[in-house]
Amino acid sequence: MVRNEYGKIISIEQATAYITDGCSLMVGGFGGIGSPPSLLQAIMERGVGELTLICNDTAFPHLGVGPLICEGRVKKAIVSHIGSNPIAGQRLHDGTLDVEFCPQGVLVERIRAGGAGLGGILVDIGVDHEWLGAGKQVIEVNGKRFLLEQPLTADVSIVYAKKADPFGNLIYDKSARNTNPLVAMAGMITIAEVEEIVPLGALDPEAIVTPGVFVNYIVQSNGVNWKWIWEENVSPSGQRKN
Amino acid sequence: MGRERIAKRAAQELTDGMVVNLGIGIPSLIPNFLGDKRIFFQAENGVLGIGKSPSKGKEDPNLCNAAGYPVTVVSGASYFDSATAFAMIRKGLIDVTVLGGLQVSEKGDLANWMVPGKRVPGVGGGMELAQKTKKVIVVMSHVNKDGEPKIVSTCTLPLTAKRCVDLIITDQAVIEVTDEGLLLTEVMAPYDVEDVVRQTAAPLRVAAGVKRVE
Repeated sequence: MVRNEYGKIISIEQATAYITDGCSLMVGGFGGIGSPPSLLQAIMERGVGELTLICNDTAFPHLGVGPLICEGRVKKAIVSHIGSNPIAGQRLHDGTLDVEFCPQGVLVERIRAGGAGLGGILVDIGVDHEWLGAGKQVIEVNGKRFLLEQPLTADVSIVYAKKADPFGNLIYDKSARNTNPLVAMAGMITIAEVEEIVPLGALDPEAIVTPGVFVNYIVQSNGVNWKWIWEENVSPSGQRKN
Repeated sequence: MGRERIAKRAAQELTDGMVVNLGIGIPSLIPNFLGDKRIFFQAENGVLGIGKSPSKGKEDPNLCNAAGYPVTVVSGASYFDSATAFAMIRKGLIDVTVLGGLQVSEKGDLANWMVPGKRVPGVGGGMELAQKTKKVIVVMSHVNKDGEPKIVSTCTLPLTAKRCVDLIITDQAVIEVTDEGLLLTEVMAPYDVEDVVRQTAAPLRVAAGVKRVE
């Protein structure tokens, strides 16, 4: 039995109480894979709305943050991509969803900057792009032009990890790591849904990816739900069924 | 099939030891045509060293490529977060990226992420890949569904990145983007040079030793 010696291990129900109407919610994951499935389902069932969502993408309609988008719980999404969720496209088109597109590498670096206490980052991606650069400050360093991109933080960050100890030290699983370590750093409150909670000292300090100081709460996952996503969303010819 | 033929030709551009990022669509077919070449495939979601597709029933739900398809890894592979994946890309450590295209201009400008008023999927990691990769190969059909050329003097669709494309491979031709403009180096049968020139809406020089590929 794992001792809850830091009081960080809570129930999924207790965790969802931190996510309230109108809050900003940052979610780890990439195409729904590596997003915390049990927390997202509980947030859906609890019925919060008017969320500002920060995530790599809007996932698939039935996966990851997809249902929050489809059910109209999100008023604004800051993402790199919405192509795998046609409902997100419809909502953008009919004006029920505001989308701030950000190139993927810039988005994750803005999240990293938010989690690292930086005031902004300088990137040359899209520096001469007609709309990407619009309204952004251009800063010249040693004769090179960069866009000043703003850091991103959120009221609550939710992430998915393979293992946590009671202090909240996290390790991830293969490519389900993706944006999770960055998102874990950028929440005012960070909640980690994990496959397994292990005793303090059971994780090799050399192997820990997210130090527990970034993690406020830990919940036990009910298991992942994206196992067959490639069969549900992809036809045998490799075309997405959109 | 046109898609397979394009992928097969693009595979010839990849050589042993390269670090390569493949876009979705036609580029994802390229691994089928590499024989025993040793390529390190990188994905934006945090894998370097993607291997073959797993056999049915052996998929790992926590191991996929950037399109969400299940993959395996080769010996020497590594996992990392997405910021590290884009550090590799922005630092110029990717040797080749193969991307789809909606339009390519004679200067090598690429538009491949949105059709205003129709489809706005978002750019994903395309801007970083197009702007920062050592060699950018665009694979696409030579003309769009309405029969309009996709190789143009100036792109009319919103750009992904300027002056980024090095090589264009279509179902009709292989075209290099050079400082002197577009250079036709290969023509795919049954098309001939005249077909390609007619269906390209930009000045096209024909290489002296232009090859016809049967």
